[in-house]
Parts: sequence; structure tokens; C-alpha cells
Amino acid sequence: MTAAIQLNAVDKRFDSGLEALRGVGFEVPPGQFAALLGPSGCGKSTILRLVAGLDRPSGGRVEVATDGAGSAISYVFQEPTLMPWATLVDNVRLPLRIAGVSRPEARARIAPVLASLDLAGFEDAYPAELSGGMRMRASIARALVTRPQVLLMDEPFAALDEITRARLNDDLLALWRARGFTVLFVTHSVFEAVYLSQRVLVMSARPGRLVADLAVDLPYPRKAELRLLPAYAERCRAASAALESGYGGDLES
Amino acid sequence: MTRPSAPVVLPALVLLGALALWELWVRLAGIPHYILPAPSLVLLTLWENLGSLALSWLFTLKITFGALLLAVIGGVLLAVAFALSRTVELALFPFAIVLQVTPIIAIAPLILIYVESTTAALLICAWIVAFFPILSNTVIGLRAADPNLRDLFALYRASPWQRLRWLLVPSALPYFIAGLKVSGGLALIGAVVAEFAAGAAGRETGLASRILEASFRTEIPKMYAALLLIALTGVAIFLLFNLLSRLLLGRWHASELRPGP
Ligand SMILES: Nc1ncnc2c1ncn2[C@@H]1O[C@H](COP(=O)(O)OP(=O)(O)OP(=O)(O)O)[C@@H](O)[C@H]1O
Ligand SMILES: [Mg+2]
Repeated sequence: MTAAIQLNAVDKRFDSGLEALRGVGFEVPPGQFAALLGPSGCGKSTILRLVAGLDRPSGGRVEVATDGAGSAISYVFQEPTLMPWATLVDNVRLPLRIAGVSRPEARARIAPVLASLDLAGFEDAYPAELSGGMRMRASIARALVTRPQVLLMDEPFAALDEITRARLNDDLLALWRARGFTVLFVTHSVFEAVYLSQRVLVMSARPGRLVADLAVDLPYPRKAELRLLPAYAERCRAASAALESGYGGDLES
Repeated sequence: MTRPSAPVVLPALVLLGALALWELWVRLAGIPHYILPAPSLVLLTLWENLGSLALSWLFTLKITFGALLLAVIGGVLLAVAFALSRTVELALFPFAIVLQVTPIIAIAPLILIYVESTTAALLICAWIVAFFPILSNTVIGLRAADPNLRDLFALYRASPWQRLRWLLVPSALPYFIAGLKVSGGLALIGAVVAEFAAGAAGRETGLASRILEASFRTEIPKMYAALLLIALTGVAIFLLFNLLSRLLLGRWHASELRPGP
């Protein structure tokens, strides 16, 4: 089986001369939930942008394998990135509209996604009229409505409070288990990475390299009680240790 | 609950008070009307000359809105060209700036010589004054789209046309409207100033010609009456574009959003 996402010795040097990534390589098999963990500025967003095809590597190869049906990749940015002039439902409809999906069909596809993210009833609200958590959920709804095979998420819940964050974590896991897409989830939080994913990729400080690839062999469905289990604490400790070992990158250059 | 009406009531009271003081002062001090007419006399003069003033007012309106329309068309087309190509911008922007910084009163006599039709010359003058704010604001607006949204459109492989319609135009709209608010007032100023430069000649003439005419005959109240019409027109244009702004941006843009109850 070919990998859904494959990075081969990827280097990235920006035009400014800054070396963001050095020799990053990993594979994510289809359907896997992988977390990307690393200190600020280590190149996590850069990796997502490369995978999404929004930027090109300066060395190495990035490949995303999809079966070509519909829109292959969706990207949830760190900010909700909604169009302020459009209602929630129009924001969610945007990818379908770009793809030329008719309005009735789009509506039929949007309704269940909004319901699953608890946004039903807010279709006609503008982003300015929504709470921060609702905007983030709208952004996730927009990413899901195309039925992507690969979902890239860049610290999507970083700006939210603990309770909302925990709820959205559970919503995301439920959707992932129902749909079976591949997820590459960037986060600063060791606890979030371990709670969500089957695998934690840990990066070093700049220039970003992969320093650890930890399997999280805890069964799903995962519920809040998981956070109390010794096995969970142990995985978190391992990820923390790997993260700390990677902090010693060269901070200048 | 007096707060919602305060923005209307307060300035109205101040204005009425000032007019009352003016009226009183003119009457009590016995100032002759050929030096300073009382507000009541200005209104009376306006009423008595309504026929000729209304015709001139229509002409000034025609120049103002004609020039504004041309400014919108020219400004937006040029802005789109600038946004599409840096080369075009580099090549043409200096000319736009030169047009903008040269006082219209200094160019108007030349334009009046070169252009046969006075109406066309007035239109050109008012257009020169009005078009720059629309151009520069729209250029900024077209570049102001959220970079993440740009990435999103790229990710979903939007065509250039889709990107223009659903991303660039809505992003530019608040900037364009801000430009339109400025240009609306400037078009009126341009129309009046150009007519002053043209002088009172010609059959089709606007309010500026009425003011010039009245000043030759030292009909001070009539000068004030024409001035009043110009001022009211300016205020009406301002209110019109504020209303338009509220209609188009009301529910989503920070400039029109009001804090919740
Ligand atoms: N377009 C760019 N041009 C130049 N340098 C850039 C560019 N984008 C990112 N960088 C640099 O590359 C490095 C990695 O950036 P990146 O955004 O990938 O970090 P990150 O791991 O996502 O950090 P954070 O967790 O804070 O979001 C940073 O030092 C950043 O300054
Ligand atoms: Mg980042």
C-alpha cells in the first residue's frame, strides 16, 4: 500500500536565506492520524504548506497520493480564515462552489457536516456574529465538506479554552473514525498530540529535523478518562523527553 | 433612551442655535444685507430665485455625478490593471500622482482651451479631482486580501476569475467605498472650481456661475443662496455614500459594525 503522504529528505530554505527544514523524511499511511510536534518556529507550518502544494521544497521530494476523486487535500489554518463578507453556510460552501457543485447538491452535503459540528441553526450568521470556537468549527466544516482524503490541521485549537478544545478534540476523533481520512495534525501541546493521534512525529528546533517517531498504541474510542491512565501519561512523558532533546538546535542562522 | 437620537439631535441643536445667533446679530447690529444677509433673507432669496437656481443646481449635479461615474469606471479599471501587473503600475502610477498633486484650478484654463465643449471640459476637470482616491484605495484593497484566504483559493484550484469575484472584489469593497466617500465630495468641489475657472460664459451653467454672476452685481443674499445649495448637495452626497456603505458592509465589516446591545 502506498503512503498517503511521503516526504523524502526534504530541505527548505527561504529566499531570505533562512534554513527552515533539513532532511525531513517520513511517510503517513492512508487513514492514519499523525501528530506533528515541535517548538515554535521549527518548520511545522512549512511542512504543511509543502504537503498542500502551497510552497515547493528546495531539496528532496514531497508526494501526496490520492485516488483522484474530488478535492484531495483540505487545510485547516491556525486562524479560522473565514471570508468575513459571507455567511457561515457560504463560507462552508466555498470549496464546492469553486469545484462547480450545484447549489442543491452542495446544500445536501453541507447540512450533515454542520450538524455533526453542532453548527446547525447558524447557517446565516456572519463570522463576526460567531464565537471563536464556532468560527473554528466552521473552518473545520469547510475543510470536511469536500470529503478530503488528506486533512492538514495547523494548531487548529491553539486559541481556544481548555473545555472547548477538549470537545473539539472529541468531535474531530469521531469524524475521523467515521470517515477514515488521513490526518496530519500540527500542535504545540504534547497532551493533545498523544490524546488524538496514533503516532507523534517530534521535530527539533530550527533548522527543523525529525528527532523522534513515537507510536501511540492506545485504543480508540478515546474518551476523557484516557487522560487519567498511566499508559497515557507514559506516552506523554516520552514525547516530552523527545521534544526537549530537540530543543538544542542552533538558534541563530 | 436618548442615546440613539443623540448623533442627530445634538448637531441639529447646535446648528439651529448658530443660525439664531446669526439672525439676531444681523438684526440687532443692523448689518446691511449687502454685507451679511440674515439666514431668513437667504432662505427667502433662495425661494424667490428657485427657478433659475434649480436649473443651475441640476447642471452642477450632472457634472458632479457624471465625473464621479467616470472616476469610478476609470479608477476601478486602472486599479485592476495595476493589481494584475506591477509593470503597468510602475509605468502609469506616476502620471496618476502628477494629476493628483497638480491643483485643478491651475490646469482648468488649459483644459478649457483644448476642449471645445465646456460641459466636457468641466467633466474632465471634476474627473481629475475625483478619480485618484478611488484608484489608490482600490489598488490597496485588491492587495489586501487575507494571505491565508489566498492560499485557500489556491489549494482548491480556483480560477483567476473565481478568485477575482469571490476573494479580491469583496476584500477591496470596503477600501473602494472609503475612496468613493472621499471622491463624492471631491467631484462636487471639482465641478464648482472648474466652473469658476470657466467663468460665467455659456448658456448651460451651474451654481458657480450663479455665484459669479451675483458677485458682479453684489447680490450678496443670492451668493449665499447658491452657496447654501452647494453645501446641502455636499451633505446629501456624504449621507448617500454613508447609506451605501452601511447597506453593503453593514453586517460584516468592522467599519460598520456596531457594538452589540
Ligand atoms: N515565507 C517565509 N519567508 C521566510 N522565512 C519564513 C517564511 N515562512 C516561514 N519562515 C521561517 O521559517 C521558520 C519556520 O516557520 P514555520 O511557520 O514553519 O514554523 P512553525 O513550526 O509552524 O512555528 P509555530 O509553531 O510558531 O507556528 C521560521 O523561522 C520562520 O521565520
Ligand atoms: Mg506554525
